[in-house]
Amino acid sequence: MDDTRTTDFSNVETTVLGADEIIINMGPQHPSTHGVLRVKLRLDGEKVVNSECVIGYLHRGVEKIAEHRSYQQFAPYVDRMDYVAAVSNGLGYCEAVEKLMGAEAPPRARVIRTILTELQRIASHLLWLGTHALDIGALTPIFYCFREREEILKIFEKYCGARLTTHAFRIGGLQYEAYDELETDVERFCNDLGHKIDEYEQLLTENRIWVGRTKGIGVLTAEQAIDIGATGPVLRASGVKWDIRKAMPYAAYDQYEFEIPTGENGDTFDRYLVRMEEMRQSRRICLQAIQNIPTGPIMARIGKVLKPPPGEVYHSIEAPKGELGYYIVSDGTTQPYRVRIRPPSFVNLQAFDHMVRGHLVADVVAIIGTIDIVLGEVDR
Amino acid sequence: MANDPEDKQPPAPPAGQKPAAPAPAEPSEQPVPPDLEWQLRTHPVVPKKPAPPEPPKKEAPPAAAATPVPPAAAAEEKPAGPAPPPIAVPPKPAPPAGATPPAAAPPKPAAAVAPPPKPEPLENELVARFKARFGEAIREAWTDRKQAILLVERGRLLEIAQYVREEEKFDLLSDLTAVDWPKREKRFDVILNLYSFAKNERLRLKIHAAADEPVPSVAGVWGTANWLEREAYDMFGIVFDGHPNLKRILLPDEWQGHPLRKDYDILTQDTAWVRENLGIESGQ
Repeated sequence: MDDTRTTDFSNVETTVLGADEIIINMGPQHPSTHGVLRVKLRLDGEKVVNSECVIGYLHRGVEKIAEHRSYQQFAPYVDRMDYVAAVSNGLGYCEAVEKLMGAEAPPRARVIRTILTELQRIASHLLWLGTHALDIGALTPIFYCFREREEILKIFEKYCGARLTTHAFRIGGLQYEAYDELETDVERFCNDLGHKIDEYEQLLTENRIWVGRTKGIGVLTAEQAIDIGATGPVLRASGVKWDIRKAMPYAAYDQYEFEIPTGENGDTFDRYLVRMEEMRQSRRICLQAIQNIPTGPIMARIGKVLKPPPGEVYHSIEAPKGELGYYIVSDGTTQPYRVRIRPPSFVNLQAFDHMVRGHLVADVVAIIGTIDIVLGEVDR
Repeated sequence: MANDPEDKQPPAPPAGQKPAAPAPAEPSEQPVPPDLEWQLRTHPVVPKKPAPPEPPKKEAPPAAAATPVPPAAAAEEKPAGPAPPPIAVPPKPAPPAGATPPAAAPPKPAAAVAPPPKPEPLENELVARFKARFGEAIREAWTDRKQAILLVERGRLLEIAQYVREEEKFDLLSDLTAVDWPKREKRFDVILNLYSFAKNERLRLKIHAAADEPVPSVAGVWGTANWLEREAYDMFGIVFDGHPNLKRILLPDEWQGHPLRKDYDILTQDTAWVRENLGIESGQ
């Protein structure tokens, strides 16, 4: 694994290659790169020596846009970063601005936010599971995963009218009151989901092909994971028990019981197990939350024109993919002076090079899948 | 939908008995496939609960009038059209400020939201340890929204970073970024958001740097910084001294300028591009 060969990927012509070595290009329009990720790989036979990710194909300058919008106007933009977990993005942004203003969403809003965010985590993990399994060659799970994800999207649609880029929350609380059957819908979904997760596991966990394709692949030790700044399931699969929902609770997470699953080996298989267990825990949180949704207002009285006092704040949440942080600087006007988004996918993707070294080309696909990136968020 | 392998499944279980219907349709087949079996198991088993003893249904929240910002109001609040020229004067001209006085709303919300705690100087053991060790290199320490911030000297950042990671156990570099204050003598803030697993605490290190001053790279201390510094270089043009591979990351290598600088004018860039690549004058 400790390979001293280095490659200057920006100047491939001058790199001296061994007899069996070749530099190949993968992406950006490759189905298994989950968007427009381009990877340059230096191969020795079929083994990867090292690699470089080329990103930025989806760069839209979200942070620059933020400086020219008011605080509320910018809120829908964050949904377009991690577009398979838009609700989580919105939660992070709204809470960050609330913190900047010294406001707090009312308890009812916080609980509803928690429910929707956990549903979103399940939806994001389902999408990850389906596509990841598809990449590795298991064709079946994606159909099941999309079926369940559909139910979640239906709940979002009933709640706010949108399925994907929901803009479900507002700074200060919620725009919409929960619809009448929200609790029953969530309960029914969660009750079903329990069996269904078992079913996915039946398909995969002891499937020899699946185990062969994931065990020991893309190992990331705890030290490496921390050094590289990996968070979320990637970090937890390496054995670090850290979840912002527990470490620095936000929304209403301090009211619910749930476990933080961790792995031992930090390989692709462990990351799979961690995410499966996270879905069960999210289900558990949802079931607890719907038992007791407080009554009361859903919006704090923050006024229509937001002018946070000058200053700065960093607020992060546990998004499905890891730590999603917002660093916002206010200069006292209605527009943020600077909004910095700390995207989990971007940082986790840095681990890619560590993970692919020494593996086969076919495993590269598994490793891209296991990091669970969304290029909209990597590139912003 | 028609070729959905799941079309046997009832779309929604309101008709609790529905799943039973398709079953007799194919009784000649082998025993119920396991797939259908669990559907039969799950769906009818969860009959609609007789609505749990509901909490007194949310009546219209008292603040309802003030709460949902109707989209119309939200729109009028900001004449999005002629945005202030991005040649940013940091205290923005703030066009909506004009909209504020007549709104008659300000007094109420002002009373409703307690202003966040004012930034105040921070003096605790952590800062004392820092000051004892680095003396003048710790320029300032304060808290903003209860978050600890240390302003340190640019030249000694690397040394301080090593100390912070090794001794103070801030082993996760959550984020590294920059902010541009073009009016200031040293225009850039470089910001490191740190987290310590051991203490469950966050700390923010900040340094000031002029446009032509290189900042020591901390990529050797936290591997995370590698890409984050590349991004800061890409967006602000801040040069990180000692970075292993400092080149653009999100924008193409041949890009001109650094977009997150406040004086980076989107319109000029666009006009220049149109002129250069299309050979015409931009209509914007």
